[in-house]
Amino acid sequence: MKVRVLVSFKDSILDPQGKTVEHSLHTLGYDFVDEVRQGKVFELELKGISREKAEKIIPEIADKVLANPIIEKFSFEIMD
Amino acid sequence: MKFGVVVFPGSNCDSDTLYVVKEVFNQEAEFLWHKDHDLKNSDCIIFPGGFSYGDYLRSGAIARFSPLIKEVREFALNGGLVLGICNGFQILLELGLLPGAMLRNKNLKFLCQHVNIRIDNTDTPFTLAGNIGQVLSIPIAHFDGNYYIDNNSLKDLHKQNQIVFRYSEQNGNLSKKSNVNGSINSIAGLINKNGNVLGMMPHPERASEAILGSDDGRVIFESIIQYFDKVKKPQPC
Amino acid sequence: MLDEKTITDHGLTSEEYDQIVRLIGKHPNLTELGIFSLMWSEHCSYKSSKHHLKKLPVTGKNVIQGPGENAGIIDIGGGLAAVFKIESHNHPSFIEPYQGAATGVGGILRDIFTMGARPIVSLNSLRFGPLSLPKNRAIMDGVVGGIAGYGNSIGVPTAGGEIYFNECYSLNPLVNAFCLGLAKKDKIFYARAEGEGNAVLYVGSKTGRDGIHGATMASAEFNDDLEEKRPNVQVGDPFREKLLMEACLEIMEKSLIIGIQDMGAAGLTCSTSEMAANAGSGIEIDLDLVPQREKGMTPYEIMLSESQERMLIVAKNEKIKEVQQVFSKWDLEAVVIGSVIKGGNLIVKSSGKRVVDIPVNAIVNLCPVYEREMRPPESYAPPLIIKEIPLPQDYNSSLLKLLSSPTIADKKWVFRQYDHMVQTNTVFFPGADAALLRIKNQKRALAISLDGNSLYTSLGPKTGGAIAIAEACRNLACVGAYPAGVTNCLNFGNPEKPEIMWQFQQVIEGIAEACKAFEIPVTGGNVSFYNDTDGISILPTPVIGVVGIMDDINTAVSPGFKAKETPIVLLGENQEELGASEYLKHLHKKEKGCPPELDLIKEKAVQKLCLEAISQRLLLSAHDLSEGGLAICTAECAFLSPAKIGCSLSLSESMRTDALLFGESQSRILVTVDKTNLERLLTLSQEFGVPANILGKTGGDRLIFFHNNKKVIDTAVKDAFNIWEQSIPDFFEPK
Repeated sequence: MKVRVLVSFKDSILDPQGKTVEHSLHTLGYDFVDEVRQGKVFELELKGISREKAEKIIPEIADKVLANPIIEKFSFEIMD
Repeated sequence: MKFGVVVFPGSNCDSDTLYVVKEVFNQEAEFLWHKDHDLKNSDCIIFPGGFSYGDYLRSGAIARFSPLIKEVREFALNGGLVLGICNGFQILLELGLLPGAMLRNKNLKFLCQHVNIRIDNTDTPFTLAGNIGQVLSIPIAHFDGNYYIDNNSLKDLHKQNQIVFRYSEQNGNLSKKSNVNGSINSIAGLINKNGNVLGMMPHPERASEAILGSDDGRVIFESIIQYFDKVKKPQPC
Repeated sequence: MLDEKTITDHGLTSEEYDQIVRLIGKHPNLTELGIFSLMWSEHCSYKSSKHHLKKLPVTGKNVIQGPGENAGIIDIGGGLAAVFKIESHNHPSFIEPYQGAATGVGGILRDIFTMGARPIVSLNSLRFGPLSLPKNRAIMDGVVGGIAGYGNSIGVPTAGGEIYFNECYSLNPLVNAFCLGLAKKDKIFYARAEGEGNAVLYVGSKTGRDGIHGATMASAEFNDDLEEKRPNVQVGDPFREKLLMEACLEIMEKSLIIGIQDMGAAGLTCSTSEMAANAGSGIEIDLDLVPQREKGMTPYEIMLSESQERMLIVAKNEKIKEVQQVFSKWDLEAVVIGSVIKGGNLIVKSSGKRVVDIPVNAIVNLCPVYEREMRPPESYAPPLIIKEIPLPQDYNSSLLKLLSSPTIADKKWVFRQYDHMVQTNTVFFPGADAALLRIKNQKRALAISLDGNSLYTSLGPKTGGAIAIAEACRNLACVGAYPAGVTNCLNFGNPEKPEIMWQFQQVIEGIAEACKAFEIPVTGGNVSFYNDTDGISILPTPVIGVVGIMDDINTAVSPGFKAKETPIVLLGENQEELGASEYLKHLHKKEKGCPPELDLIKEKAVQKLCLEAISQRLLLSAHDLSEGGLAICTAECAFLSPAKIGCSLSLSESMRTDALLFGESQSRILVTVDKTNLERLLTLSQEFGVPANILGKTGGDRLIFFHNNKKVIDTAVKDAFNIWEQSIPDFFEPK
């Protein structure tokens, strides 16, 4: 089972990397890009665990290791 | 007194720190291997700078799962002195021994340079030999030193006098320019509520010998040693 | 038998192929051909340069190891040895600037710690195209980021280097990385697979398909095809390298091994065959045992992979356990993949079959050597008619313009991205004449300077080559260190072009002559040919690294003015020389004329005088005159003084004012002395037969120059400083 976890800054945190990409896109003429937020993607390959269990345990992993809850939020999807 | 310098596989200021406490300040000191469970009777634990586990995830993020951390946490909760320098500060934040988090420097570049920091609190074991408003020239060397904390917690930090060092001009004034990495309220170092755990981004071990360009960092080690001599050591009756 | 296309695709000529067949007594299979293709590439075999490199002096009483090993080694006294080398990573840095530069740093670090030395300092020499082009800015940003990312993480200070800009590097940037380590003199390790039956261990990262054919890529010109080689670029992992370094140093400290070699260019192929060849033995490995990152790799791919952060170790069987324990402490695997054998062959097995069986001597030592055709280029050194160069109307603005030339401008934007202080030995930060490092608990110190002006070497290759050595040594003298050993990185175009080969031969002659004059050995280095893109070659760019020793660190002198009202003295002579100068290039857009003349006897005298004056503690500051001449040198002395002290200079030679201010005559050092020491310095200068002229004194907050009593420059230090400091950041962080 493959799980994709997306970690990004909370909306209240300034994301300078995202801002830099946004700026470059504007410089290149892509004016319609309104905002860019940068994040990290983790792809986890799970074995010997049910989908229900995974749905419970992934937030724990994300909260404990993959994201720093003070500045970051996460979401995840189970890909199968 | 005895210092214990924690060594993670990617620590790279461990030897520098040990050298300073041992050779410059003539104190007992030993490395503490992260996989062990032994603080070797240290009186002060230092988390040195470096890239504890490569820091590919977040600076300091993996280090907090090391075996030795259990003992350090107990030591800190019992009032033991813990100093985190640079990556050590980042680890203390990840550990939750200090509040807040680190973001990338505001210019998105690694920064290695001497900066001025102002002492805002001398009522700590780490700064008691200094003066309020004293400005120290100490190098920084980091990518993630842009300190962040939410507004309410920031108010608490101020209220409880937890901000120990702030990036400043040479004359002690705070400015946007002197706040090199963009830290909230120019915070360069802070202490926990109990006053025994200090984290700071600048490297005092790189500013403890005049030949290296500045010895302003000495005041931090001198404070710790004085504190231990006067306060901690059992006094004869 | 393999078809002709396969052979030429591997960069081998039909004569070379026939030679292989003769040497191994059979037609090679694909894997064997791949091995020869790598080891007989220009990058690994030095087949075009060997003949010329023989001219360099390589011996000296302090030399422990000359060229031919992973790095050169000199005895620096006190039971210590300095292990150092410079190497290019130009082609990978063009394809992927960040990773190319990062893995360049990783590679040179491995060359050093492989020999049992702990790396204590890195420097690098970089060449980029003009920053006005976004592509060049992106390359520079990536390269600097890559160097920083790798060096900072592993904890080796990047304490300096040099950066030049020229149009010729737009499509072919140069990244030359230097590293120096310290070892105990009696604990040095070599790449030798000695002792039949001893185990061969593989340690470090797993093998993947990355970097296959890196060495052959570094031996070909760039064109559109090579753009497609992008997926092959290696990715550096500084954390893994840190673990590898600590583990390797620990097994060496405990004397657990016989020989060790890093897997750099040509990976497993190079390390196995070289270690065996160096020891006159053979080696047998089983590829099934090699840790692999990807599935289904063929023997060809495993042998040719250039995955980073890997080492090959030979150890006695009874030590295997202990070696493995050390690696496991550092969370690394150490796997036995074979053994040392009799007979001198490299035998490689895979799935029980023998896939390679060829003599290591043929692979390593019997590559044909070429004496390629040489011819001076027709348009070589367009003469400079100095009268045709208009004199500036306003020397103030000439000075300020020159200060903003990126080649001359402040490089702090770069250096502050490097951790240049970790290990707490860096005494002089980047920007000083040389990097200066203390050795803890000793008076002795090490100084290092990199130098290479390609304008000089393009317009006068022999003089340019000699100047590179002379100037690097002069930089050391300004700090107070005498030269002890040289490493060089020779960056040139396609050696199959007679003009390039001629440049190469001339540069080598110049370097050899200067090294002999200074009595310093060349202990190793690297040749990088084929720096051509779309048929256009870079200017010949030798980069020289000189390692110097300072007997007493407490006497070290830095370039900045130290106090007001101190006399400023020029050691050496001004000449009317403007050829090949930065002034001519940047202000008059001309790359013309001959480089400044170099008289090695005068040069040595100036340096000896400077060293003597420093050891007698007569000097307050010393700075060598280089690009931009006297005016730029003086300005830098003001900028580098903490209080930004200005000065006033009166010049009286009868020559063009621009030549006097901005000409780049050699063998000159600008010093300041305390008034009370002035007489002693002047007497000392006479003893050494060096002209010494008092030009003025420090003080005030302006830079003022008079020529024959006419004020020609008068500008505030602060304004000039801002232009110098902001030039490079302004390209990257537009306001």
